Amino acid sequence: MATQTLPQTGRPDSEREELISGSEAIAIACSLADVDVITAYPIRPYDTVMQYVSKLKADGAFDCDFIVAESEHSQFEIVKHASAVGARTFCGSSGVGWFYAFEAITVTAGLRLPVVAMVGNRALDDPGAFGVEHNDAMAVRDLGWMLYWVGTAQEALDTALLAWRVAEDPRVFLPAAISCDGSFLTHSQAIVNVPTQEQVDQFLPQYDRGRLLLHPDNPITVAPQVNEDWLMEIRRQTDDAMRRTSDVIREAYDEFKQVFGRGDDSPFIEEYMTDDADIVLVGMGTLAMPVRVAVRRMREQGKKVGFLRVKFFRPFATEEIQEALSRCKAVGVIDRDYSYGSPSYGGVLFNEVRSALYDLDDRPLVQSFVAGLGGREVLVRDVEEMTQMVQDSIDSGKVKQVNTWIGVRE
Amino acid sequence: MTTMTQAPPQSVQDLPQVRGVKQIPVFEGFTSGHRTCQGCESALVMRLMIKAAGPRTIVVGSTGCMYVANTTYYSTPWVVPWMHTQLGSSGSAATGTAAGLASLMRKGKMQEEPINVIAFCGDGGGVDMGLSAISAALQHDEYNLLILCYDNESYANTDIQVSGSSPWGANSTFSPPGKVHRIMNHRWKKNTAPMLAAGHPDVRYIATACGSYGPDFTNKIRRALTIGGPTFIHSIDPCPKGWDYDPKYSHELGMLAVETGIWVQYEIVDGELILNGPSRAIARGIRPRKPVTEYLQRQGRFAHLTEEDLKFFQEKIDESWEKWWIAGIVPFGPQEES
Repeated sequence: MATQTLPQTGRPDSEREELISGSEAIAIACSLADVDVITAYPIRPYDTVMQYVSKLKADGAFDCDFIVAESEHSQFEIVKHASAVGARTFCGSSGVGWFYAFEAITVTAGLRLPVVAMVGNRALDDPGAFGVEHNDAMAVRDLGWMLYWVGTAQEALDTALLAWRVAEDPRVFLPAAISCDGSFLTHSQAIVNVPTQEQVDQFLPQYDRGRLLLHPDNPITVAPQVNEDWLMEIRRQTDDAMRRTSDVIREAYDEFKQVFGRGDDSPFIEEYMTDDADIVLVGMGTLAMPVRVAVRRMREQGKKVGFLRVKFFRPFATEEIQEALSRCKAVGVIDRDYSYGSPSYGGVLFNEVRSALYDLDDRPLVQSFVAGLGGREVLVRDVEEMTQMVQDSIDSGKVKQVNTWIGVRE
Repeated sequence: MTTMTQAPPQSVQDLPQVRGVKQIPVFEGFTSGHRTCQGCESALVMRLMIKAAGPRTIVVGSTGCMYVANTTYYSTPWVVPWMHTQLGSSGSAATGTAAGLASLMRKGKMQEEPINVIAFCGDGGGVDMGLSAISAALQHDEYNLLILCYDNESYANTDIQVSGSSPWGANSTFSPPGKVHRIMNHRWKKNTAPMLAAGHPDVRYIATACGSYGPDFTNKIRRALTIGGPTFIHSIDPCPKGWDYDPKYSHELGMLAVETGIWVQYEIVDGELILNGPSRAIARGIRPRKPVTEYLQRQGRFAHLTEEDLKFFQEKIDESWEKWWIAGIVPFGPQEES
């Protein structure tokens, strides 16, 4: 008889280092957070997280109801309802799968249910494409979901813990999506510090739905017909909750740093060599890797270039981004997404950043770059090329061509 | 190596079968506050459903009449906890609710007790859009749940549009009789309960029902909630607005649907088929089937049918009772030896 092998991951007694992918990091976060109901449906590249979760459950590393749904719509509906009866939940999707679940995703935020989902960012085919694009997760930007773009496997694990903590805070009660760049993060391994169960228990209280719990002891009616009589007030309440997230995130992040001993200055943005920079490039996700390398190289050549990584896309850290970018002469926003027919035919992040900067008395020039669509690699020399174009704008005193596609065959 | 077995089936409530109307509980879980139409049989189905299930029940309702007409903000008729779910997700709502409760109770995060989980859907939500989620829910034998499809044979909430559960030829706002095309709905009503029973042989209870037969309806809800695992009930609900008749005849039309054999009342319990009431009497030859015209001609939605149409309709019903392997229920059978 074969001896039972001990699970390799989950519920560690002491902090330890592991070589794992972003997907596996989030699966471990699920076990540490003692998630109650998890729903899966296959689509690349996010589904790797569910492969790890199912193995953790199979090995007895943690106890959850792991349900393989028959569609993404059901996947998100199941966790929505489990969350309404007080269960901590996790699910996820990618690309068109995320869109298949769109109705359920919409009402989850409308009902103020703190579902946490992973988006393995993927191009919206057709034509078929597995690679990363940010348009999938971004599609919910107006619906009341918190949206986070992680840059490393470590950040994926940490952000998942932060996500449950913030989403389940009664001041918030909003769902959160953790965006991980397909392949670059979902499938690439890196050294990750896995915290102990005690640390996680200290940081993450149990989910308490309170007076909104759907239970025979609390016989409420959830989501009645409100029509024009009340919908506007309810929309306003959701807006108030989203406005409160900033403080709750800051508070949780400070505590996170105390308990786990790591973290950046800000939970919302990461600044890299921006202090004295004339040009600041802005981007999200794993794009940070080639950009940081390029920034270092250009610094060696004496160019004053920095990089700002937007971590939280919702809530959008307007003031912090204003503060960080007010010091530079020009900004180049690199989008791994696109919005057809948008203002100046720019990327989504570009228009958000440009809008945030409008109120500054002394605005930097802002330029839009679309790069790396469908998972195409963004090279160091691409970043250098973008930086040169921003420099040209500074030299001529204005942005002649607002949007440029980088690395595209014309 | 130790074998991880599935969690033992959760306990169920003590909900005894009733004998006669007088034993139907006094408890009301669906009270005033709704604004369903006069004569709405689906409202009666809701009332009977929750009377049978009792107060320790969570009800989730997918979009449809029984959502929109029932739950106006500040005037909910539901005394039990109630939550809306999307049109196609009654199966997922039941699964999610049951899974959440099961997980929390197993892990000691919620006090253990058997809580009934019922998800209802109309024919649009159940027979059409939500079929795949219902099928998926019926595959999860670890959860106790009931999915109740209240079938008023159209998308009645959105102005009476034809559904996959509408009868052949029925006038609806998407199948109006016109100058060139008299019959716009050429589809025959989907045979939903047998499809689900055949496709999910491990499901312990699948039944058809009709609100005109109160004690039978109550018992079916209770059997579904106490047998263990996922269950499904399909009820036929006469709809004065959609079927176009005087609201006072709802009960009578429900009975006529059964007596003419257009609707068959039965339960499939642990793989055994049990016919109920008039359907059993018809199948045994104890009472004759009434002509289907007695049912059709009472409803304005069939007013445009010609003599020929009515004859075709009767032939189809006759065929289902005389040619099908199991009368009115299973249309196919083994090849006959020659």
